[in-house]
Formats: sequence, C-alpha cells, structure tokens
Amino acid sequence: MASDKKISLGNTFFAGIWKENPVFALLLGMCPTLAVTTTVGAALTMGASVIFVLICSNIVISMMRNLLKPHLRILMFTLTISTFVTIADLSLKAFLPDMSAKLGPFIPLIIVNCLIICRAEACASKNGIIVSITDAIGSGLGFTLALSILAAIRELLSTGQILGFTILANTETGGWYTPWAAMAMPVGAFVTLGLLLGVVNLINKKKA
Amino acid sequence: MDTFQTLVLGFISVVVVNNLVFTKFLGICPYLGVSGRIDMAFGMGCAVTFVITLSGTLTWLIDNLILMSYGLEVLRLVCFILVIAGAVQLVEMYVRKFFPPLYDSFGVFLPLITTNCAIMGLCLFLNLWEIETLVEAVVLSFGGGIGFTMAICIMAGIRESLLLADVPEALQGAPITLITAGILTMAFMGFAGMIR
Repeated sequence: MASDKKISLGNTFFAGIWKENPVFALLLGMCPTLAVTTTVGAALTMGASVIFVLICSNIVISMMRNLLKPHLRILMFTLTISTFVTIADLSLKAFLPDMSAKLGPFIPLIIVNCLIICRAEACASKNGIIVSITDAIGSGLGFTLALSILAAIRELLSTGQILGFTILANTETGGWYTPWAAMAMPVGAFVTLGLLLGVVNLINKKKA
Repeated sequence: MDTFQTLVLGFISVVVVNNLVFTKFLGICPYLGVSGRIDMAFGMGCAVTFVITLSGTLTWLIDNLILMSYGLEVLRLVCFILVIAGAVQLVEMYVRKFFPPLYDSFGVFLPLITTNCAIMGLCLFLNLWEIETLVEAVVLSFGGGIGFTMAICIMAGIRESLLLADVPEALQGAPITLITAGILTMAFMGFAGMIR
C-alpha cells in the first residue's frame, strides 16, 4: 500500500478486491478460508464478521495512529481487534445461534487472522480515517468474494446444492449426481484452493 | 491407571487423529510460509510447542479459576490474546539472553507466533472440549505442539524434494504446496476413527 497522500480512494478500494486480494494474491487469512468454506452460508457469515471487525478496528487504529509507540504497536492492534471480535462473537451467538455453533472457534479466531493485522499495519496506522475505511471495505469484500467462490465450488460438488437450492439433482433424491463427499472434507478445501490459485495465476499472466 | 490411560489416549488423539493442522486447519500460515527448509521448520515447531504448552496451561488456569468463577467469560478472548502475546515475549527475551545463536536463526519467526492461530485455537478448544484437570490441559497442549511440529516437518521434507520436480508454471509456489497439503490430509484421514 503506497503511503503517499494522493492515492485515490477508487484504487485503494479495487486493489483489495483483485490485485491485492487477501486470499488469492497475498495468501492471508488462510485458516478461516479453508475451514469455513464447506457451505456458502457459513462463508458469507464469516465474511460479514470479518468486514465488521476490519472496518471498526481500522477506524480506531487510524484515529490513534499518532499516539502509537512502535514497540507496543502489535499489542495495541490485537487488543483493539479482540474487543471488536468479542462484540461480533456475542452478537452472532445471540442472533444466529445455529450459525455460531457451526463456525465454532473460528469467529474468535478472527483475532489472529493475519489479514486484519496486516491491514492495520500497512494501511490504518499510516493513513487517515476515510482511506482506512475504504481500504477495510475493499479488502473485506475481496476476502468475502474469495471465500464465497471457494464455498460455492465445494458446496456444489459435495451436496449438489447452493444455499439450499438444488442445482445438480443428487442420487439420494432420484437424480443423477453422486455427491462428492471428499469435497466437504479438509482434502477438498486444500486441493480446490490450490487449483483456484493456479487459475488466478493463469488469468494474471494472460492480462500481463 | 484410568487417568493415565485417558492422558495417553488424549495425547495420541491430539497428535495424529485430531491434528491441529490437518483436521482443524489451524496454523496454516506458518505451515505454508516456513515449511521451505526442514531445519527452519523444526525450529519453528519447537518454538510453537513451547509457547503452546505454556499458554495452554496459563489460559486454562485463568479461564477456570478466575473468569468462570466470577462470570467474566466476556473477557475471555482479550485475556487469551494477552497471555499468548506475553508468553511469546517471554520466550523471545529468554532465547535472546541465553541462546543468542538460536535467536539469530529464527529471530524473525518468534514475534509471528503471536498470530499463529494454532495457539489461540488450542486455548479455545481446551475450553470447548471441557477439559477438567490441569494435567490433562498440559498434556493436550503439549500434544498439539508436537502435532504441529510433525506436520510442518513432514511438509518441509516433501517441499525440499518438490524443488526438483517439474511443476506446471501456473501451479508453482503456493498452489502446489496447497495441493500437496491436501494429499497429506487425505493420508492422515486414515487415522480417523482410531480414537474418538
């Protein structure tokens, strides 16, 4: 992230979505990416929580950027982030208890998601509030997009459905598609993400 | 005898059957980032094992003795991350003072352990699995660290030989590492069902 004053908001925003996409380009936040992408619903919930935490923590860190001492920086970041993660975790428990039980420890684990600390360090601690918010929304959406693509592929191949709508009629209900159980397991996550990264590399090379 | 058996089974379970990296997707960042060379991978594994044992024990004590008895569960996440950051700082100072050569060789990775989700994850799992005794908490934390070390060393070994392989251009680097990890995971699925 360039720290000069004239970076346009549009560039900051779109960099987060494709060129500096947290998952596909920077390989940040891999643990939740792999763990919660068994269904699209879980991926969207995770994405929304990350966007919320990212925006709030970027705002706070951007406001106190001039008071930060270098050696206490990381500690302040993690404390700010963990406060907002607690809020997100408790809200999910209250309003979406099923989803919260399914995601289990992965909402609390947003605290140690390198994506958020990276944005705090690379952007919010150097720029003003407006730039930081734009950056947070851009990276957050990029993260959600990556999660949703991965989840859509895995959910479709492992159950034949997306968000509960049947796309491929599976054999249990008299259709032709045999669900691919491995896609719902860790193997599916690793291999699908590996192949997706390969596709992204190919696209980038075509463009260049 | 019964407790001893529980401990041994718990240890094996957390090392191979419920391995943090292969089944829980924890600690993927260092698993992909530091697994280039086997000696570095081993150093990272040792540092993580130490921090995970220390912080697993401390967070279990804090969680059960302080937070739960005073109804302060809301503060759990903030406390856990403080304990982990403190433990990492402690290890860093200790290693710098007493083992300077070791500090130079993996100095960069030490601060990174704070954001290793295997550690935070294990502390949360100790709470989720409702571990009741301190000894059990210590054994499980240690097992988690050993499991992580094993996973990262296996990966580093494979990647060292992978350097000689002819990988398609688009898949070089991270993609092929992820696919390798996927195949490794499949191998470890064979242990599932051995112990619950």
